Amino acid sequence: MENLLNIFIKSIFVDNMIFAFFLGMCSFLAVSKTVKTSIGLGIAVVFVLLITIPVNFMVEKYVLKKGALIWLGEGFADVDLSFLTFMVFIAVIAAIVQLVEMVIEKFSPALYNSLGIFLPLIAVNCAILGAALFMQEREYENVIEATVFGVGSGIGWMFAIVSLAAIREKLRYSNVPDPLKGLGITFILTGLMAIAFMGFMGIKL
Amino acid sequence: MNNQEKEPMFSAKNLKLFTAPLGKENPITVQVLGICSALAVTVKLKPAIVMALSVMIVTAVSNLVIAAIRQYIPDRIRIIVQLVVIATMVILVDQFLKAYVFDVSKQLSVFVGLIITNCILMGRLEAFAMGNKPWPSFIDGLGNGAGYGMILVIVAFFREFLGSGTIYGYPVMQKLGVYSAGYENNGMIILPPMALIFVGLIIWLQRSRNKSLIENK
Repeated sequence: MENLLNIFIKSIFVDNMIFAFFLGMCSFLAVSKTVKTSIGLGIAVVFVLLITIPVNFMVEKYVLKKGALIWLGEGFADVDLSFLTFMVFIAVIAAIVQLVEMVIEKFSPALYNSLGIFLPLIAVNCAILGAALFMQEREYENVIEATVFGVGSGIGWMFAIVSLAAIREKLRYSNVPDPLKGLGITFILTGLMAIAFMGFMGIKL
Repeated sequence: MNNQEKEPMFSAKNLKLFTAPLGKENPITVQVLGICSALAVTVKLKPAIVMALSVMIVTAVSNLVIAAIRQYIPDRIRIIVQLVVIATMVILVDQFLKAYVFDVSKQLSVFVGLIITNCILMGRLEAFAMGNKPWPSFIDGLGNGAGYGMILVIVAFFREFLGSGTIYGYPVMQKLGVYSAGYENNGMIILPPMALIFVGLIIWLQRSRNKSLIENK
């Protein structure tokens, strides 16, 4: 339990997807103009991570890893498919995003209308594939740990985009030098926020 | 230059496809594409150069492939087709890096894999390769990869120089003897947030020189 809490807190604050690894920056910069839309995108990211990380973990454990295919029979003990990781992960993510989109459309049109436009974007959001690859690199022991890591990363990402959107809404009233307006100041803002986030470094529960 | 009478391979139009992304249409500072993997690999010059080259190759070749088969791709599943082409290219690059420059490959860790979701690729494939002939698409990919790489190398140069006092691993600051005069490396610059601030400054510089890029909001 303690271990899970540690992974959770760590993935939100210390290893924050945006401030520590710059993952999902494209949509982070493009969609963070208002708080409302960024909350929508944030929820969609958390949701997709919640589903894709455990699935990718299982795929990694039972299909891709060296010797993972042993459940098919002794002859498969030496098969190592890990070079296919990227392809399989991205295919799983694209398929799940498509599936999630269809399910939400069917069962909750209201949620679909608020998330709808963001879901297809998420398939190519680096945060999703990034989380899957980090999950593989850090070698979590079981599927629960991996899921907790996935949800934590998603919440951290959402936290970052919502706070940036809030700052950018306020920024409208301030006097920024013309060439720095828009993208430039957003970069510098993100940098300053990331410096603030470095205060969390080294936290261990 | 064998088909010069119809359209020369290096016509002004094609050349412009290559040079535009280096300046006015830079993927990072103007189109805001592909920032995800750009910033984390810019602590040292060497990984930044390797990354820049990898992205250039992947964009150029996948642009070429998609442009060549663009008429056979069903519209509804084009994203998956594009992802498969990109993923194949990235796997090739990744295996190549692992085989020949293993230490750099270790430093880049997941970021080579993340070229797949690099927005430059999807952006260029959607916006250019789906509607253009293979050769211009190849040039376009090369140009955008180069524009991306250029920013990467500039940021990496300053971060390595100011942060570690070296250039491409060569201890410049030490040779100049500034340490004995009380100079210290700025440890702050090695930290990830500074990459963002450097890109912000580059954008500032570029836009103050080129007023047409200023956003009016």
